[in-house]
Amino acid sequence: MGIYETQGFKLDNTGKRVVVDPICRIEGHLRVEVNLDGQNVIRNAVSTGTMWRGLEVILKGRDPRDAWAFTERICGVCTGTHALASVRAVEDALAIKIPENANSIRNIMQLNLQVHDHLVHFYHLHALDWVDVVSALKADPKQTSELAQSISIWPMSSPGYFRDLQNRLKKFVESGQLGPFMNGYWGNPAYKLPPEANLMAVAHYLEALGFQKEIVKIHTIFGGKNPHPNWLVGGVPCAINVHDTGAVGAINMERLNLVSSIVDRSLEFVEQVYIPDLLAIASFYKGWLYGGGLSSKSVLSYGDIPERANDYSAKNLLLPRGAIINGDLTRVHEVDLKDPEQIQEFVIHSWYKYPDEAKGLHPFDGVTEPNFALGKNVKGTKTNVKELDETAKYSWIKAPRWRGHAMEVGPLARYIIGYVQNNPEFKEPVDRVLKKLDVPLTALFSTLGRTAARGLECQWAAHKQKHFFDKLMGSLKAGDSATANVEKWEPANWPKEAKGAGFAEAPRGALGHWIRIKDARIDNYQCVVPTTWNGSPRDPKGQIGAFEASLMNTPVAKADEPLEILRTIHSFDPCLACSTHVMSPDGRKLAEVVVR
Amino acid sequence: MVETFYETLRRQGITRRSFVKFCSLTATSLGLGPAFAPKIAHALETKPRTPVIWLHGLECTCCSESFIRSAHPLAKDVVLSMLSLDYDDTLMAAAGHQAEAILDEITKKYKGNYILAVEGNPPLNEDGMYCIHGGRPFVEVLKETAKDCKAIISWGACASWGCVQAAKPNPTQAVPVHKVITDKPIIKVPGCPPIAEVMTGVVTYVLTFDRIPELDRQGRPKMFYGQRIHDKCYRRPHFDAGQFVEQWDDDSARKGYCLYKMGCKGPTTYNACSTVRWNGGVSFPIQSGHGCIGCSEEGFWDKGGFYERVTDIKQFGVESNADKVGGTVAAVAGVAVAAHAAVSALKRARSGSGAGKTEQGDR
Repeated sequence: MGIYETQGFKLDNTGKRVVVDPICRIEGHLRVEVNLDGQNVIRNAVSTGTMWRGLEVILKGRDPRDAWAFTERICGVCTGTHALASVRAVEDALAIKIPENANSIRNIMQLNLQVHDHLVHFYHLHALDWVDVVSALKADPKQTSELAQSISIWPMSSPGYFRDLQNRLKKFVESGQLGPFMNGYWGNPAYKLPPEANLMAVAHYLEALGFQKEIVKIHTIFGGKNPHPNWLVGGVPCAINVHDTGAVGAINMERLNLVSSIVDRSLEFVEQVYIPDLLAIASFYKGWLYGGGLSSKSVLSYGDIPERANDYSAKNLLLPRGAIINGDLTRVHEVDLKDPEQIQEFVIHSWYKYPDEAKGLHPFDGVTEPNFALGKNVKGTKTNVKELDETAKYSWIKAPRWRGHAMEVGPLARYIIGYVQNNPEFKEPVDRVLKKLDVPLTALFSTLGRTAARGLECQWAAHKQKHFFDKLMGSLKAGDSATANVEKWEPANWPKEAKGAGFAEAPRGALGHWIRIKDARIDNYQCVVPTTWNGSPRDPKGQIGAFEASLMNTPVAKADEPLEILRTIHSFDPCLACSTHVMSPDGRKLAEVVVR
Repeated sequence: MVETFYETLRRQGITRRSFVKFCSLTATSLGLGPAFAPKIAHALETKPRTPVIWLHGLECTCCSESFIRSAHPLAKDVVLSMLSLDYDDTLMAAAGHQAEAILDEITKKYKGNYILAVEGNPPLNEDGMYCIHGGRPFVEVLKETAKDCKAIISWGACASWGCVQAAKPNPTQAVPVHKVITDKPIIKVPGCPPIAEVMTGVVTYVLTFDRIPELDRQGRPKMFYGQRIHDKCYRRPHFDAGQFVEQWDDDSARKGYCLYKMGCKGPTTYNACSTVRWNGGVSFPIQSGHGCIGCSEEGFWDKGGFYERVTDIKQFGVESNADKVGGTVAAVAGVAVAAHAAVSALKRARSGSGAGKTEQGDR
């Protein structure tokens, strides 16, 4: 398997091997290895999830009403989205209907997460792949101010503001204690921004760090805290009381006003800072259109944000549902989480064991037995791995496939599906950006496209927060203040056995939870999460996952400074704690050591 | 010549006036009173920035996310001005061998003088390879980095107790930091995650007084973890009056009555949620209608369901501290907090304001 073709890529692992471990500025632990040819172009890519926590094993035998709290702890970055998928899975299994207000509040919380997560990703996890902090020292503050004022009405843009910031930055650098900016790839030729754009971006890096903490206060109001707000099977835990005695102990007018003001301020920040920055930065990189990977071939979205409560059909979801395969942009396939033929997970290249590893298993019937085995071509030892062997098992991430296809998920997948479905909410903003940057539609299938789609989605989500806030207020005016349905709260009212699936579109992509309940306890719990899709290793057919595909054929300016690799991997916003956890349905002992 | 913390602040354009204001705010938020402000100011004026290495084991990054939510001090001021966050996988620009070179440099250059902050924990099964860092088990990197540190901060429930991955049956054998590092002072800052201002409060305390805060028997700073959520809960009067939420979204829930019967773990949880509150003081779980799930307590995942009433603990007074109750839990079982509730209600009834009467009076 040294040289072969798959999904339109020619893999060749004979060139110089470069290892990047750890990949920083992500959630969790990830390793990437690539082979470069004589011209420093990536000809083989290997992505490895390097952590496993076994959360679904831990869920077995517990109260299904508690599952949201456990699964929420899968990830503190996309906090709440697992809890949402979990309560939906339990409600699906037990046929529990939630009140309209609960649907609106859940949507506001999920959209709030999208706004926060996308903003933090762009500025604090991704920006340093495009922005050279040290170059900002050479900027002319006056020209920086002109640049900032030419792209936005954001008021913090005077020459004095940028001069002051630059002086502080200069002194910070001169102190010799560079903190998080130490050993960055400053001065690398892959950085393309002029000093003024770099200085503006550094200013907004700091402003966004200050502002993000305001956005999440919506979670705090409805869920009590952030990260990890509280959720409830059957609705939301916060009661509403806007008229009567005791309102101060519930969601009241003051709380609603606070939500409303945060909604407005978030929209303002996204539209006056994030989007203008994104377009400005993109305009300098529009010649660098690598990293498309699977995005032009196979993308998947489950959809999310139900307009009305309890209707999870595609037509009621504001984020699109569907699958595109084989690069056929004329057709969006229907997606069904419960169809055993659609979603299957494979483990032939993952550190798990199946009875028959040529076959995949649907999540309802998932088997997981850890099996940490390294291939014979590994360099190093079991506890000091220098280079992995991708012809054998090489990741703690399983390989999910949709009807046999490796898929990309996330904001770009959602926007492509929305675009192909001719949904104006997704098509029009994409067309506007393409026109503004003067690039063709194909430019969307790139690292930059992924980063742009995330920004557009952040803006979309900020608007939809307002929509659902207005909807909540409309409902309160009409006299409905219900937030929870307790008819089936008591397990005595549950069937002896039940199973259900819950889904959400996490900031990073399609998220599914599958639950089997027996005698009021969790009998089986399985999650297939966005980074399991994107960070997937190979499958029995040798098909590569989205991370691996996206790195293929990218030239690297300096082989010992993996800036281009980081840029493309970060564009997916990887979340490794999410991707690596699975269930052993029969509770077998989970310890297998095999070193070949 | 390394700069002092104060010089750093001044260099970054912070005025003397705001510096003094910051010091008094810090003194207040630490519960020290305004008299301590000059002491804090003096300490900050004379010290260089302390290097911090922040490692991540098995975790979910909620601690980092919480940390950057800090409102006073702001996370950017902590990271860029108060200390030198030289290594943190989540925020640092570098990756791969450039990142690993920093670990090497800081541990040598600042031998004995850097703080190790740990988020998450090491799994021991499979020779530690359930969490791989640079091709090696995380537990090895943790031990190497801890060797020459000054002190360790164990962030959150993972590093302090084990948290969700260590819940039964703990398939990876994830263990808290103090199980593998036994020769260093360790400050546990539990919670899932801890409150942002508690995190920065602990850091500021260490930098200010150049010592670790006073810890309880379980290793938690007494200043933030010395009292139960129940002790200072604003719904406590409803508990004492016997006014409870009986069902989600019932009339009592809409009045903000006590959540004890809905499984609230406030009576057995030591944390600052009901006083400091969350996200700049906006709310905390009970205020938003859900009981406390006890996320700062050891093994909280395995103490019964989150909606089961706390009944396995002896009644105790408000003045009780974590050490006493820790001992009580171990020694006594089966005497219900329900009795505590009943007694409280009874006391009120005797003093002439029974539960029913109060409820009427509410309207």
